Parts: sequence; structure tokens; C-alpha cells
Amino acid sequence: MDLLEYQGKQLFARHGLKVSQGKAVTSVEDALVAADEVGYPVVVKAQVLIGGRGKAGGVKLAANESEAREHAGKILGMEIKGHVVRTLWIEHASDIASEYYASVLLDRSAKLPLVMFSTEGGVDIEEVAERTPEKLIRQHVDPLSGLSHAEAVQIATAGGADEDVVDGVADALVALYEVWLQEDATLAEVNPLIVTPEREVKALDSKVSLDGNALYRHPENQGLSDKENEDPLERRANEEGVQFVKLDGDIGILGNGAGLVMSTLDVVSQAGGSPANFLDAGGGSNAETIKQAIDLILANDAVKAVLVNIFAGITRCDEVARGLIAAFGEIEPSVPFVVRLDGTNDVEGRRLLSEAALDGVHTATTMNDAAELVVALAAGKPVEAAA
Amino acid sequence: MSVLVDESTRLCVAGITGREGSFHTLNNRRYGTNVVGGVTPGKGGQDVEGIPVFDSWADAMSEVRPNTAMIFVPPRFAADAILEAAAAGVELIVAITEGIPAHDELRAYNVLERDYPGTRLIGPNCPGILSPGKANVGIIPASFFERGRIGVVSRSGTLTYQIGNEIARAGFGCSSIVGIGGDPVPGSSFVDVLELFEGDEETELIVLSGEIGGSAEEEAADYIAEHVSKPVVAYIAGFTAPPGKQMGHAGAIVSGSSGTAAAKAQAFEAKGVRVGRTPTEAAAIAVEVLGGASVGA
Repeated sequence: MDLLEYQGKQLFARHGLKVSQGKAVTSVEDALVAADEVGYPVVVKAQVLIGGRGKAGGVKLAANESEAREHAGKILGMEIKGHVVRTLWIEHASDIASEYYASVLLDRSAKLPLVMFSTEGGVDIEEVAERTPEKLIRQHVDPLSGLSHAEAVQIATAGGADEDVVDGVADALVALYEVWLQEDATLAEVNPLIVTPEREVKALDSKVSLDGNALYRHPENQGLSDKENEDPLERRANEEGVQFVKLDGDIGILGNGAGLVMSTLDVVSQAGGSPANFLDAGGGSNAETIKQAIDLILANDAVKAVLVNIFAGITRCDEVARGLIAAFGEIEPSVPFVVRLDGTNDVEGRRLLSEAALDGVHTATTMNDAAELVVALAAGKPVEAAA
Repeated sequence: MSVLVDESTRLCVAGITGREGSFHTLNNRRYGTNVVGGVTPGKGGQDVEGIPVFDSWADAMSEVRPNTAMIFVPPRFAADAILEAAAAGVELIVAITEGIPAHDELRAYNVLERDYPGTRLIGPNCPGILSPGKANVGIIPASFFERGRIGVVSRSGTLTYQIGNEIARAGFGCSSIVGIGGDPVPGSSFVDVLELFEGDEETELIVLSGEIGGSAEEEAADYIAEHVSKPVVAYIAGFTAPPGKQMGHAGAIVSGSSGTAAAKAQAFEAKGVRVGRTPTEAAAIAVEVLGGASVGA
């Protein structure tokens, strides 16, 4: 779960990482009130979960009220790479002497926390890593003992932080590690981590991802993220507890098991089609789950045909077939379906489907055949009579 | 031979009294797995269809000497259950539980490394391990797999069944099927299981089924080039997955330019590992390689 800048900064502040005073607002009037509170000059910042907002004109400095009014008015409602700006973060503008970079993340490969630090902040860190890898310090931390201040000092020193702020940078790194640890984050990143002319070390931006599996430990974090900009179907799926990702194509996909569904998307693409979604109905695909899943898929108007791809292990194909038949009784879909049932009780499942003779429902026995059939149907090509 | 589980397995199950736990434990016993006990705090002294239940792993260890633990408890208790089984001296822990917080997995993994280096963890969020004809520990539907010469290691459950079933239809069987799970911090990686299959006499060919996210497949490709003499066939799911979106499994996410299916397939092919573009093609390559080998022999 990715957080907006201001949400991440609130977590930073909670763990002692310094941030500028600021306020999140959703209207021009509130922006002006906030600017008065934090004091001019202020920075008006679009809150969206996408990079490149500065280049898109979503971050502006305002010296006075008329500038703040103009910028807030322009940025609110602005669309940045498909994300509509609904929230602004108004923060007192900081004077900057140096821009550093700091992050803590879960290194899956080493199975350890990784702290990264560089004095080359304020730019794309992947570029720094590629062009001047010696300027990006990467230090693993023992998760059982945590990041000590002494270790943090070593990292700051090795990275070449100005001598007089080594201690301040170390404090910031320890605080960032605490954010990562205490908030169950998978990533806590600051770019830039600035040094002010007064030699204060502050987080000017934030990028935080929280582990959805650990949210039960953090009820206060449950309302975070950018709810308004989530795809409405993904949001609905999320609320219903269904694993669903909206894609750009026109072939609806329903399968069981994350790996098999990913594979189904690939096979459909290879057959020349374009999937409209990822949907994992999970192990227990009973009638209710199937109906809910089909509802979600068909709520996307772009869908021209649907592929149901089930390999039943613990699930039983006859149950899935019964689920489909029950669902079709209630939904009456207007697009063709291809159903591929394989695995436990597949013969019985296919027999039930064929007996029900549902309108527009075709069956297939292999994944490849099913993919080709659904691609043809979505393209409006004639195919052999429905099963 | 086979790897990890066989006739010598003595299985004890954390969460045996739960609905899922009891269902799959009994399923495993029906298959022939030697299930010696279960652990549910507060239910010591009870039994599940004759399988004794203990309050703690220490009790289970002193009474029935399990060498394998299966973890079926809810996510919030899973890391502690894993560590308790390890502390009691269990050598192999198979964690089926899905949805464990990443930080808990990280802690459990690192405590095992530090304090119980002799303990092997498979999972979490995995379907378990099946050695056809010998033992089944987990939720893999055994009916799709025959005893044979192909070792299968996979991050995904249903995809494993799909590939295994195609192999079986072509008349081939498996030595063992190992699901390592789809989480960001798996207890065992592809490399760990490849090492086991390389050392297993019964295994002649290895099928590896990976997916987007992380770099475990790339590491496996390097390891195969250096240390694996047996043929390996790979399949990767998620070519069409958009960056930044979690595709079901917590670990299946493309971050920026890393973790893509294309990069993984390329890593394998660069090391001479053949990659099937569909599960069907992966199974067909495996069958072709084995068939070719036996004709030539």
C-alpha cells in the first residue's frame, strides 16, 4: 500500500524524522488558510501516487497569497499521468544547502533490511546507482538488533555527508529505520533529505509503502493511501476481499491461484488478445465467489468476452460449474464466455455445463485452446456453436 | 529417493484443530504420510481422529518425536509457531499460512539463520511438498502426480498442478514437487531446492516455475550454470503484469524495471536453460528432454 507524500511525512514526524510544518487541504480557500498558518513563502504540492509531478507543474513555490491562490487553483483537479489531484500539501518553503538521499527497504534477495544513503539527492536515485554507484552507500542491517546510531554514523560518513551534519543525518537514518520497522513498511524513502543553511536535516519528500498483511497491527494507518484515485473496480474488489487488478484490454479473466491467473493473462496475450483484468477467485470457488467475480469483471464496460480458467486442485470442477450455472441464472451476461475446467472432477464439471446449455458459453479443455477461442470471440469472429 | 518428505517423515501440525488444518492433515494421512501429532495451545490431550494433540511443540517433541512440522495457524501467530517448532528441534518446517506480515517473515527467517541453522523452512504461503507414492505434506492434490523422475519447484500452487498434470498426461512422473511460496521472504529459495534435486538420485530433470517480482529466478539461473548438471526447464508467469501492481501473491510485483518476467526468462536462457512460453510448452520441453534422453540411452 503506497502512501501519499503528506501521509508518509506524518509517519516520519511520528518517529522523530524532521519535516517542514505543513497541512493537507482539498480546496483553494483551505490552501490559503494553511499557507497563512505555516507562513509564506510556501510550496504548493500535488498529492498523487506517481512520479514526475514537478515536471508536470504539480509543485509550485508561492511567495504571497495571490501566487498561492493561482497555483492551488491550477494544481487542484490537474491530471498527472492519469491521477487526478484532489489533495494539496501546503508546506513552508525550506532553504536548501544540500540535497541527500536516504531509504530503508526490505532486500528480498539478502532477506535483510537495506539502508541506502547518498549525497546525490534530489535526482532519480536509479540513475545515481547506475552512473556513479560509488556514491550510493548500501548497508544491510541485522533485523534482530536494528540500526544503531553508531552504524548510522558510519553510513553517513561513508556516504560523504558534510562533517557537521553527520550526526543529524545519522539521527534521520535511525528515525527512518524506525518508521520502516514500527509501521510495517516495505519501503521508507526520503528524496531529497535536505540540509538547511542552519544545518538542520529534514525530509523534503516521502515515499512510503506499507505491508497490507500487517495493517491489522496499525488501525490508525488503515484509511491511508490515495483512495479517491484508486480504480473504482479495484476499490470494490478490495472491499470484497477479491484479488483484482484492472488492466487495459477487453478480455475478462477469472481464474484460481495467482500463478495460474498470471499465466492465463500471458497465454491470452500470446494468442493476440488483451486482458481486461487479473482476478484470482482463490481456492474455494463456490457459487457465491464465482458470481461476485463475474459481477466485477462485467462491471467493466470494455469487456467483450470472458475467459474462466480453472485448474481444480482443492477446488472441484463440478462445484465451479454449479457456481457458474447459478451465477448465470442471476446475471445473464451479454458477452460470450469461454470456460476451461481441468483437474479434480473436470469431466463432471464439463458435463454439467454442457447440460445447462447456457447461452453464449463455450467450453475448452486446454488453456491454449481456451485462450485462442476467447480471443476470436472478443474480436467478433464467428466460432463453432456454443457447447 | 526424493527430497524433503518421504516414508521417514514424522509429521506434526500446528493448527491441527482448525477447519483447514484438520481437513488437510487427514488428507495427508490418507495419502500415507505418517502423521504423529498436532499442536494447539489449550487443546493438549484431545485428538483429531486418533492423532494426538499437544499444548506445545516441546510436549509434542518429547512424546512423538516429529521431524517435520506443518504450519496451518492464522497469519498473526504463524511466525511464533515456526520458531517454536524450530526451538523444539524440528528439522523441516512447512508453512502453508498465507498473509503473514513481511516483517514477521523477515524476523522468523533471521532467527532461524542465527539460532537454528539446522532447520529448513519451506514457505510460507506455499502449497507444501509432495513426494508421489511416499508422503504428502501440505495441500497439493496428489492425484495429479505419479511417481517418477522429474523434480518440480514452484512459487505458485495452481500453476504447479497445471504443469504437473500435463507432465503426467504425457506419461511421466515426479520425484518430488516443492512449493516454495509466493511471499517476499520465502524460507527456502529456488537455489536451496535446486541443490536438493541435484543431489537426489531419482531426479533426472528439474522443472522450475517462477513468476514476476524479486530476483530469485535470476539467482537460480546463476546457480544452475555453476552447480546443476541435470537439465532444467523453466516457466515464468507474469509477462503481461503492469509495473507496481501486486498480482495476487504478495511477492509478485514488478518494481520499476526489476523483477519482470522478460528479464527472468532472459536470465535463464543466457545460462542455457530452456524456457517454456506457456505451461504446456514447459511441460512439453521437459517430456521431450526426458524422452530424448531415454531413447539415446
